[in-house]
Amino acid sequence: MSSLMEFKEVDVHYGPIQALKKVSLSVNEGEIVTLIGANGAGKSTLLMSIFGQPRISSGEIIYRGEDISKKSSHYVASHGLAQSPEGRRIFPGMSVEENLLMGTIPIGMDHAEEDMRKMFDLFPRLEERRNQRASTMSGGEQQMLAIARALMSRPKLLLLDEPSLGLAPIIVKQIFEILKDVASTGMTIFLVEQNANHALKLADRGYVMVNGEIRMSGTGDELLVNPEVREAYLGGH
Amino acid sequence: MSQAVVSINYKKSVIDAVIAGLLALIVFGPIVGIVLDGYDFNAEPERLMWIVLTVMAGRLAASVFFQTSKGAAFLYKHSSKEEGVHVLPPGHKSKLRWIIPLTIVIALLVPFIASKYILTVVILGLIYVLLGLGLNIVVGLAGLLDLGFVGFYAIGAYGLALGYEHLGLGFWSMLPISAIIAAIFGAILGFPVLRMHGDYLAIVTLGFGEIIRLVLTNWTEVTQGPNGMNAPLPTFFGMEFKRRASEGHVPFHEFFGIPYSSVYKYIFIYLVLLLVVLGVLYVKKRLTKMPIGRAWEALREDEIACRSLGLNHVLVKLSAFMIGASTGGLAGVFFATYQGFVNPSSFTFFESALILAIVVLGGMGSTLGVVIAAFVLTVAPELLREFADYRVLAFGMLMVLMMIWKPRGLVRMTRTGVEQREGNVK
Repeated sequence: MSSLMEFKEVDVHYGPIQALKKVSLSVNEGEIVTLIGANGAGKSTLLMSIFGQPRISSGEIIYRGEDISKKSSHYVASHGLAQSPEGRRIFPGMSVEENLLMGTIPIGMDHAEEDMRKMFDLFPRLEERRNQRASTMSGGEQQMLAIARALMSRPKLLLLDEPSLGLAPIIVKQIFEILKDVASTGMTIFLVEQNANHALKLADRGYVMVNGEIRMSGTGDELLVNPEVREAYLGGH
Repeated sequence: MSQAVVSINYKKSVIDAVIAGLLALIVFGPIVGIVLDGYDFNAEPERLMWIVLTVMAGRLAASVFFQTSKGAAFLYKHSSKEEGVHVLPPGHKSKLRWIIPLTIVIALLVPFIASKYILTVVILGLIYVLLGLGLNIVVGLAGLLDLGFVGFYAIGAYGLALGYEHLGLGFWSMLPISAIIAAIFGAILGFPVLRMHGDYLAIVTLGFGEIIRLVLTNWTEVTQGPNGMNAPLPTFFGMEFKRRASEGHVPFHEFFGIPYSSVYKYIFIYLVLLLVVLGVLYVKKRLTKMPIGRAWEALREDEIACRSLGLNHVLVKLSAFMIGASTGGLAGVFFATYQGFVNPSSFTFFESALILAIVVLGGMGSTLGVVIAAFVLTVAPELLREFADYRVLAFGMLMVLMMIWKPRGLVRMTRTGVEQREGNVK
């Protein structure tokens, strides 16, 4: 399996504070890879650095053989990387359809109708609410919309930042079911999560981040039974 | 819902009325109650008493009315219940569709039935419609608070005057050139403020407007400073609207063999302006339905989300500034040719505030609202000349009342939902 995206010894600084320390990880084609870690470990920083916000201070981010760490965010987005940002960040005053159309910005409107149909098949709840303003939907529906919006740009690699944030356990379960469906279409997914239990069960491989460093890595099942991980992230039982 | 028996709390109403009376005493007391007479003051308690009594009676009546079921329903209807854009069902057709052609027909008839005075007032109204539409793109759609919009208006107006004075170009050449120059200045303003939001953006744009005005005032070699400059009239296929044409030109009235009248030039300016306004309205309607229009609104709603979607925010912000600015430039050209003269005192901060008020009162992003508000705020003061002293007072009161009851403006921005299509999307 070839590597689709690879971080090579990436450092990120916020002023004098170092947020990522020599981070190296890779995502192979067709895989689900998860990055777990506590609050403030640097997970979201890592994800946003792919889009150049913040810029990395040293190292390389290789995507399909090309270093994208110095490219603009719209360049990255139009070359097959899409993300559902932390906290969903849907457009509250726009309807569901308009939100989905916003997702087509990097690739243009050519496939908009076809793709919207696919999204409605994947998320039937969104079709029911297609002309409703996004702010009037529940948190789970908004998260579905954020994922669907990211998928509208026909990404090669889907980046998800904490899709379980602020959702009831039953809704989290639904969201992860949907992610499994998305993955079964051959989509490569890089998932950043605090909910280690769900994330590791879904993922092929996982990385554990602590204080801006990759502390451990392994297959999802290996990490799930690792005593250290269990102690720190899974409540110790 | 059953009709609940409403009991009226008269005690509360009386307290409301007394408080309103005291406030009126404080507000009107120094202004109305004391009259300056030479070096002395004359107390005029009687006038003050009548004003305070009127306010108290009005407040009492309003308080009692709002406690009845009818009044409560009125309050509910006019309070803002939700935020944001109102999305209509797909295929929605307004019942008032016939108004648009009717308005255009009336607008075309105006110059032939109205007096010269009314015509000039309506021209001023249309100029402010253009300004409102331009600022509406920047503030209403893209959500970038611009307090220096008058700068682009000045650039358009001085563009015409300077082009005539120094390059010998007329109205028709300067109309597009001024719009382009204004757009370039829009980009010049846009670049440094790309990373700014809200208050900071407002301050920088405010400064920009003032810079333009101060340059026009002080660069006397080019702009003749506060003395102002002459601006040319438009020509009709080379024919001038003057009594006597300049060398080598034929005046309009001689060519058609009709007696000279100064109203012809206003009719002509009006018709050209009307065409430009209709054109801008059409372009704006198309733009809001295109991806760029949606991108402006997306940027207003959530800039971080836009970046994560890979929206090129530099391009989107600059395009909003440039298109808005060029519309302001067009308005400036018409203002200059309509006045026949420009000087820097026409382009003070008060103008910016007025244009912003048009956008806010009309409803951010709503085209119809902006058109109505532009006419209300420019034509009404002209028609109520006798009350000119109270103009700013009425203006302020209107603003306060609007912000309480209609914070989203006169006409809420609405959008029709996307039609379900045959074929791929059922």
